[in-house]
Amino acid sequence: MAAPDSCPSIKNILLLDSEGKRVAVKYYSDDWPTLSAKLAFEKSVFTKTQKTNARTEAEIVMFDGYIVVYKFIQDLHFFVTGGDDENELILATVLQGFFDAVGLLLRNNVDKRTALENLDLILLCLDEIIDGGIILETEASIIAGKVATHGLDGAASLSEQTITQALATAREHLARSLLK
Amino acid sequence: MAQPFVKKDDDLDEEEEYSPFHGIEKGAVLQEARVFHDPQLDARRCSQVITKLLYLLNQGETFTKVEATEVFFAVTKLFQSKDTVLRRMVYLMIKELSPSADEVIIVTSSLMKDMNSKTDMYRANAIRVLCRIIDGTLLTQIERYLKQAIVDKNPVVASGALVSGVHLLQTNPEIVKRWSNEVQEAVQSRAALVQFHALALLHQIRQNDRLAVSKLVTSLTKGSVRSPLAQCLLIRYTNQVIRESSSNTQAGERPFFDYLESCLRHKAEMVVFEAARAITEFNGVTSRELTPAITVLQLFLSSSKPVLRFAAIRTLNKVASTHPLAVTNCNIDMESLISDQNRSIATLAITTLLKTGNESSVDRLMKQITNFMSDIADEFKIVVVEAIRSLCLKFPLKYRSLMNFLSNILREEGGFDYKKAIVDSIVILIRDIPDAKEIGLFHLCEFIEDCEFTYLSTQILHFLGNEGPKTSDPSKYIRYIYNRVILENATVRACAVSTLAKFGAMVDSLKPRIFVLLRRCLFDGDDEVRDRATLYLNTLGSDASVGGTDEDVKDFLFGPLDVPLVNLETSLQNYEASDIPFDIYSVPREVKSQPLAEKKAPGKKTAGLGAPPSGPTSVVDAYEKLLSSIPEFSSFGKLFKSSSPVELTEAETEYSVNAVKHIFDGHVVFQYNCTNTIPEQLLEMVTVFVDASEAEDFSEVVSKPLRTLPYDSPGQTFLAFEKPEGVPATGKFSNLLKFVVKEVDPATGEAEEDGVEDEYQLEDLEIVAADYMLKVGVSNFKNAWESMDPGNERIDEYGLGVKESLAETVTAVIDILGMQPCEGTEVVSSNSKSHTSLLSGIFVGNVKVLVRVSFGIDGSKQVAMRLAVRSEDPEISEKIHEIVAEG
Repeated sequence: MAAPDSCPSIKNILLLDSEGKRVAVKYYSDDWPTLSAKLAFEKSVFTKTQKTNARTEAEIVMFDGYIVVYKFIQDLHFFVTGGDDENELILATVLQGFFDAVGLLLRNNVDKRTALENLDLILLCLDEIIDGGIILETEASIIAGKVATHGLDGAASLSEQTITQALATAREHLARSLLK
Repeated sequence: MAQPFVKKDDDLDEEEEYSPFHGIEKGAVLQEARVFHDPQLDARRCSQVITKLLYLLNQGETFTKVEATEVFFAVTKLFQSKDTVLRRMVYLMIKELSPSADEVIIVTSSLMKDMNSKTDMYRANAIRVLCRIIDGTLLTQIERYLKQAIVDKNPVVASGALVSGVHLLQTNPEIVKRWSNEVQEAVQSRAALVQFHALALLHQIRQNDRLAVSKLVTSLTKGSVRSPLAQCLLIRYTNQVIRESSSNTQAGERPFFDYLESCLRHKAEMVVFEAARAITEFNGVTSRELTPAITVLQLFLSSSKPVLRFAAIRTLNKVASTHPLAVTNCNIDMESLISDQNRSIATLAITTLLKTGNESSVDRLMKQITNFMSDIADEFKIVVVEAIRSLCLKFPLKYRSLMNFLSNILREEGGFDYKKAIVDSIVILIRDIPDAKEIGLFHLCEFIEDCEFTYLSTQILHFLGNEGPKTSDPSKYIRYIYNRVILENATVRACAVSTLAKFGAMVDSLKPRIFVLLRRCLFDGDDEVRDRATLYLNTLGSDASVGGTDEDVKDFLFGPLDVPLVNLETSLQNYEASDIPFDIYSVPREVKSQPLAEKKAPGKKTAGLGAPPSGPTSVVDAYEKLLSSIPEFSSFGKLFKSSSPVELTEAETEYSVNAVKHIFDGHVVFQYNCTNTIPEQLLEMVTVFVDASEAEDFSEVVSKPLRTLPYDSPGQTFLAFEKPEGVPATGKFSNLLKFVVKEVDPATGEAEEDGVEDEYQLEDLEIVAADYMLKVGVSNFKNAWESMDPGNERIDEYGLGVKESLAETVTAVIDILGMQPCEGTEVVSSNSKSHTSLLSGIFVGNVKVLVRVSFGIDGSKQVAMRLAVRSEDPEISEKIHEIVAEG
């Protein structure tokens, strides 16, 4: 199925903590049919990337015929996996979309505890990014907007304005942590 | 939702990390799920419980069938609530539970209501949920809504329907194909992602229709594609069109090249990269076409983003294998990547440089690599070692510094796979570069002085035994070998004894001294070591008490064992101790062909120390058993060879048929494996009608029809032909599947009484000369070749005309002959102008055949071939030439 002229596809998205334990994971391919196969994959992804610095720019690693792009923040590790024929930049775009959307939804308090406290948002977020391996959306503000649409009248929804604000504070936050 | 689900335990250790799911337990959560039944639903509470359930599933917890059903029914109650957040969680939960067909019916109406809701978010999500769980019959009922949704003005709804279409196409292609008008309309959508999803679906609907794909590409490349993702898709489809049309437009401008080139200037990096990669993957890409692509990749190399650098260097690495010159411009950029933080990038940079480097830069490069090797993981080191091996084969004059490098890293710390890669490389260099032999053997000797891997030690000792005696001064190796006898474990000691004996047998001047050493081994603590020493002393001893002449003895001791080891093992297991000694000539010689199920990943073959290939037997044994169970075939004698299955139908057709050709001495049996892929049909009296008018030597003798062929359970029908005994007759057979078809009621599974006769055209099947050839390798081609009577040798030269490449020609000739390439000679190093392949096989009638075939290619791509055949029968040698002459 992995013909070069096929639609870009995502094999899995993983959100692990700083010890490699699951916060939220979603698999879209049968490459890992059992729970133990999945856990083994997560373990090897985690150990292979653990020592790298993926806090400012997304990093990338290739092993066992998969390409994994990843990014860390606080005690959370974000991973997106694709086949080895996949365009690396598409995977990176998905990762960035997920990463930024989570940042928006958690209002920049991105750490394991907040993520678990808002696990429903994280799961909905995953659901809005990928459907069965196919990319649904990569624009963080749109993803977050879809997840955060509470109530029919949009009373509690994140309006465009707050999203832009959130993005702005995110950048500020980043800049500050760099200057330290 | 910021409220914690579980109250923090007071006595919880301060150190321990706080989690809202601390102490969560499946049983308790399932109990909590009872709130779903409350008449007054607390939406917030229900959402929290669903989150907990999803958390459990996400952690790998599983629900039993009963639990899942219970949760599912409880969740369906929640459709009463108007709370949007809760509704979204319900959708997620239903998808996770993947309910069974009768459960689906319960939620269908609720979901269909949501599909037609005024809320866009409901519509989009309900479509995705419903399409995930629905089956074919229900799908026809909601088809109308899905078609509407595809052209919905809300992009989220349209995308949801389109993506669901892509998934449904796998299970219900005939339904989804009916939507192409709507999908076509969606391709023109102004919403970026709708266009992307529509394009993906439309292409999949039309993927078997080349003309339609070509039209699609032609119209879209004129511009109107909005999102970068859609642009990437279009590039892939364009590349597909180019690939399929390239066969008839060899000369001149490649179609759509302008489009791809314009994509190199796109503002999104992913599009630029996709286009660059597409260009580098052209068949027979020219340097003029490559230049703009390489230029953009070169820019990426100095990007601050690791992903971009990685993507670029990985593509350049691939290009460097075929067009090293095109990449040399990037050498400076790549050298700076050797120190990249990301070790994957650094390794790719190094291996690319090794491919693009020229002879003069080798030494400088080696210096840089030496520093680098110490701080990368073993898996990367192996890649580097392999690159160095090919570099050395490319510049044989540089063997000294490269061999030194290999021996240096051999002495450093490393795991088994890494060490094995190095040893394999040294062995290959010794074999291919005669000058490197002595220094290479010396490095191997040094290595076994301090080698922790028994496997490597024994392999090296074996290799030393073959090569060492032929060197100018064999005596200098004896010390290293005898040290093994003193210092190592029993396995290595036994192997060292054999190696010593080989030196003794082949170098007369060393014989007396070797005997002294062997006699010392008679007191070894291990049985095998003592036995070997005794055997060698007695057979090689001057009195020659056992065996006949010197030659006989050597052949007995060190000659190739021309019996497949698997067969020998089976025969030995069947042998029962009695007065009759075991007879090695009773062991069957034929090697069984490849197994049916191909391994998913093509294994990397290293032609190093590995044993000669010996195929697993299970499948052919199964064939043999199957055929011998059919009385009509019992008189045919012993099965010589079974081919791998040949597909006679295209993928995804109503009936899928493949055929296996079984070759006997005087007969051929076709085994047709049929599968019926239509649930509503039962086939009876299935036969294959064969027209053998293009196969004059064959006459049909037996046909075994297949009585019934129900849905999805494969069955076989057989057809046997008589042919002249021992003659490799060839021919073409056209096949027509004939059967009686009966309708089956899907509800009851019962077939109707009356059937209709029908037929189905299959592809042709051919018997070619290669079907009469068994792939059987020999461990030492040179010895085997020299042991054959030169009187039976037939040599001829052939002009093969203009060919695409040398590698392609070599593969084609090997395929025509159907023989086993030996010693890795099927691999042609890139850019070489000539190549020699060594092939071995067994021809029908159990005649051993060896082939030495040399190819040469000139500037105008004219290929010439010189074919030398030796076999046990001069007529067979002639026959091999006939095969080639006709092929």
